Amino acid sequence: MNIITTRRICQVFFLIIFLWFCVVTTLGKAWWQLRGWPVNWIIQMDPLVGLGTLLSTRVLYAGLLWGVATVVLTIVLGRFFCGWVCPFGTIHQFVGYLGKRNKRVSEKFGVNRYHSGQSIKYWILIFLLTAAIIEIATDVALLPRNRLWLFITIALALLVVIAIRAVRRTLNSAKRTIFLYSTFIFIWLLLSIMLNGDQRPSASLQIGLLDPIPLLYRSINFILLPLFDRTVLKLQTVPRFYDGTWLIGAIFISAVLLNLIIPRFYCRFICPLGALFGVVSRFALWRIGKSKEECIDCQLCQKNCEGACQPTSQIRISECVLCLNCLDDCHHGLMTYQTAPSATGEILSPDLTRREFMVSAIFGAAAISTLRIGGRIGPNWNPRLVRPPGSLAENEFLTRCIKCGQCMRICPTNVIHPAALEGGLEGLWTPILNFRIGTSGCQHNCIACGNLCPTAAIRPISLDERLGRNQYSSQGPIKIGTAFIDRGRCLPWAMDTPCIVCQENCPVSPKAIITREFFNTIKTPPRLVVKKAGELTIEFQSDVLVPDRFATGDYYCVVQESSDIGRRRIIANTANGLRVSDVLPFESPPLADSRVEILIRLQSPYVDPKRCIGCGVCEHECPVKGQRAIRVTAENESRTREHRLIL
Amino acid sequence: MQKMKDVFTRRQFLIRSAKAGASVVAAGAIGYWFYDSRAPGPSPDQKSSVLLSDFSIPELEKKMSIVRGQNRADTLETALKALGGMENFIKKGDRVLLKVNAAFASPPMLSATTHPQLVTVLTKLCYKVGAASVCVTDNPINDPVSCFGLTGIAEAADSAGARVILPKENLFKPTTLPDANLIKNWPVLYEPFKDINKVIGIAPVKDHHRSGASMVMKNWYGLLGGRRNIFHQDIHNIIKELATMVKPTLVVLDGTTSMMTNGPTGGSLSDLKQTNTMIVGTDQVAADAFGAGLLDKDISELPYIAKAEAKGVGTADYQSLNPIELSI
Repeated sequence: MNIITTRRICQVFFLIIFLWFCVVTTLGKAWWQLRGWPVNWIIQMDPLVGLGTLLSTRVLYAGLLWGVATVVLTIVLGRFFCGWVCPFGTIHQFVGYLGKRNKRVSEKFGVNRYHSGQSIKYWILIFLLTAAIIEIATDVALLPRNRLWLFITIALALLVVIAIRAVRRTLNSAKRTIFLYSTFIFIWLLLSIMLNGDQRPSASLQIGLLDPIPLLYRSINFILLPLFDRTVLKLQTVPRFYDGTWLIGAIFISAVLLNLIIPRFYCRFICPLGALFGVVSRFALWRIGKSKEECIDCQLCQKNCEGACQPTSQIRISECVLCLNCLDDCHHGLMTYQTAPSATGEILSPDLTRREFMVSAIFGAAAISTLRIGGRIGPNWNPRLVRPPGSLAENEFLTRCIKCGQCMRICPTNVIHPAALEGGLEGLWTPILNFRIGTSGCQHNCIACGNLCPTAAIRPISLDERLGRNQYSSQGPIKIGTAFIDRGRCLPWAMDTPCIVCQENCPVSPKAIITREFFNTIKTPPRLVVKKAGELTIEFQSDVLVPDRFATGDYYCVVQESSDIGRRRIIANTANGLRVSDVLPFESPPLADSRVEILIRLQSPYVDPKRCIGCGVCEHECPVKGQRAIRVTAENESRTREHRLIL
Repeated sequence: MQKMKDVFTRRQFLIRSAKAGASVVAAGAIGYWFYDSRAPGPSPDQKSSVLLSDFSIPELEKKMSIVRGQNRADTLETALKALGGMENFIKKGDRVLLKVNAAFASPPMLSATTHPQLVTVLTKLCYKVGAASVCVTDNPINDPVSCFGLTGIAEAADSAGARVILPKENLFKPTTLPDANLIKNWPVLYEPFKDINKVIGIAPVKDHHRSGASMVMKNWYGLLGGRRNIFHQDIHNIIKELATMVKPTLVVLDGTTSMMTNGPTGGSLSDLKQTNTMIVGTDQVAADAFGAGLLDKDISELPYIAKAEAKGVGTADYQSLNPIELSI
């Protein structure tokens, strides 16, 4: 079988696996639902997720160990992931093929020529990784302050290595090197002194913005599958909504359509994962190259080159995605996948100068610190940012979340949504609860999101921990926020209308919403003058009532200016009379000419902040459907001590 | 020639293989080393907790003097002399911390904060008996720089040679008080206490709408950091816990001008009353119990006094200390 066919089968296989995992990320017990499918496998294989979280959290969480396997294979084989596995790459390659299908060979040469802009992806990679590494870097910068001896040891070791290297060259270079070295140590010390402020920079994981795997997950989960849900092929009983997905959709469509202009545009210019592979593949044992220098220079090898890595001349190993098209296109059998470097030479390193590297790194380091000036994680936190149960405190959350949207996809009630700017720019597309949308609030007995989260930005909690049972009984249930009643919008509070839907739906036991009963005079009281009355009935002097209007069970009557102050429930009324419940008959019926007043019995809801867990079922159910009369905000959420509301 | 090239290539390949091998080992080692099969716990690891030392002098327990007069400098010095003079409390080489009440950015004439004159007198007296250093601190409610500036405390401290320590975030350390319900892993302004061995609390006598009165014990509230106002939900117990947390060398309760209404901010001279009394002592509960009288309150209106007494902080029956009462 042709190697190209093999590659295509492999690509289609992984694309199908990917889509299959997206489909089965549906809560349920059917064979095509979640059950035990390893739906995070492709995310875990993505070493940028592993490396990013390693730099920002200093640990490699569980399944992310798969990334090491990918890296090891890349070190040995080159960028096989891009050409053979990556589902996004497969989509690009296919659309790129559609785009250049009818083009002339010379045009194909044109679009597949190496472009200096391909180094942009390395800038992006460095930018994103510095944002993640900044906290570790600060700790290193603070070494002279905190661990002087370790610093001296490192400094001396560096001095020895550099001195040996310098002396091996010339004395002149030794002078220069030692000067550079001293400057470096001086800057280190200076940094250490300056960095001892109250606020140290903290890491932020932003790789998810452009990492192709989370990007594709987002696009499929929030756009493609919900579109399917609106057809007969639906995966969910109720069609899904995701708020603010226009941007995700626009990025996805642009990334796909750009292939029509330049094949694999995203892979060549943007993809930080590809950039990482480009760096890692530098020592690959096997690589593409020419077996002989002499060839007729037909350049056909460049015709379908997916990585635009110029195999014709000096091949750029960091750009080669191992599509192997050149092997197929060379009619002279000169292109091979071999251990020796290409006969026409090769370029190992990415096209990136030291200066460009530094600029990228400095911007990456400055970007997060600049964003944090907004105080979103400190005093200026947004109470509307309600995170799923088990979410880490915001600063740690932002070191782990890769914005893949798995939590939003698995959430059985569709209450988790990609945030717009509620969590600041850093929190773009991270999970936020939107209680207006979905089939109910955050379900009391559900822990799906945390157990699916590939990076533990949402911890895999147990049901016991969520509900505060058994060994967790001392710390109580996990709270994600607190419900607040808007008395100006609440029907019983503001509009004399019985309701308490929020109280009925509160899933906490005992309920976190309590009610207090009160009676109000109805809003437009009719003039009710007694003609005659019995133990249970009153007849009025004129026809002033709408029949049965006050027979709902919520209305009571009371005789004015009487010694009998008892409120009696009205069970029936005609135009000129009413009947009260026999629970409390009139001992002495109201006299003729006395006045009767009608009251409405109301129950006003109150939230008990000690019990409320912020699940938002009340907000979801509140019949005031526009701006709800009871709304959950992040006050009192368990994940942040500083947000505690009550003792 | 061809052979040479082959040899070169082979050598190149071996070097590259070695580098690739090293990279594989490095990747594997990093994976192995940093692998974490378990997710992070419910809350970040608790940092080690600190506790304030005991700054009281055992042989000087239960001392109290009450001096009536209009001039703060005079009454304070007289009251100290009655207790054996400052040299009884501060020894040569002592490092002293003055915990003032600088809660609000308001001028001294409004009596919402510790009067700067007290800072001047105490600092000078400390240095006179040989103190090595005197620091002044508080974690005010309003902006700290404005508070220390407008209350005149910063200027008084500067001219007398005391150092003002502003409550920067890194000066707070989490504290867990033994058998406390409220001060658990809570940030306390700890760093200023680290290198000192004597503490003097200096508080004005003020009305306080939530707790009834703000005097010596309530003044320790200014050592709490974080979202401390959450403790207003249980004000008497937090004051009790604060009183057990801080064991001062000496306390000064300034009842020269008492804030009778609209506390604890006051804001108008009509909120104030000349009560012309200076209380100095080593028993915080007794001082506050006496101060209640200046505010025309009964100690039963200030439940934290009984609570602190029950905890063994001091005695509410200040008469039992046989306070030395003088008038100028």
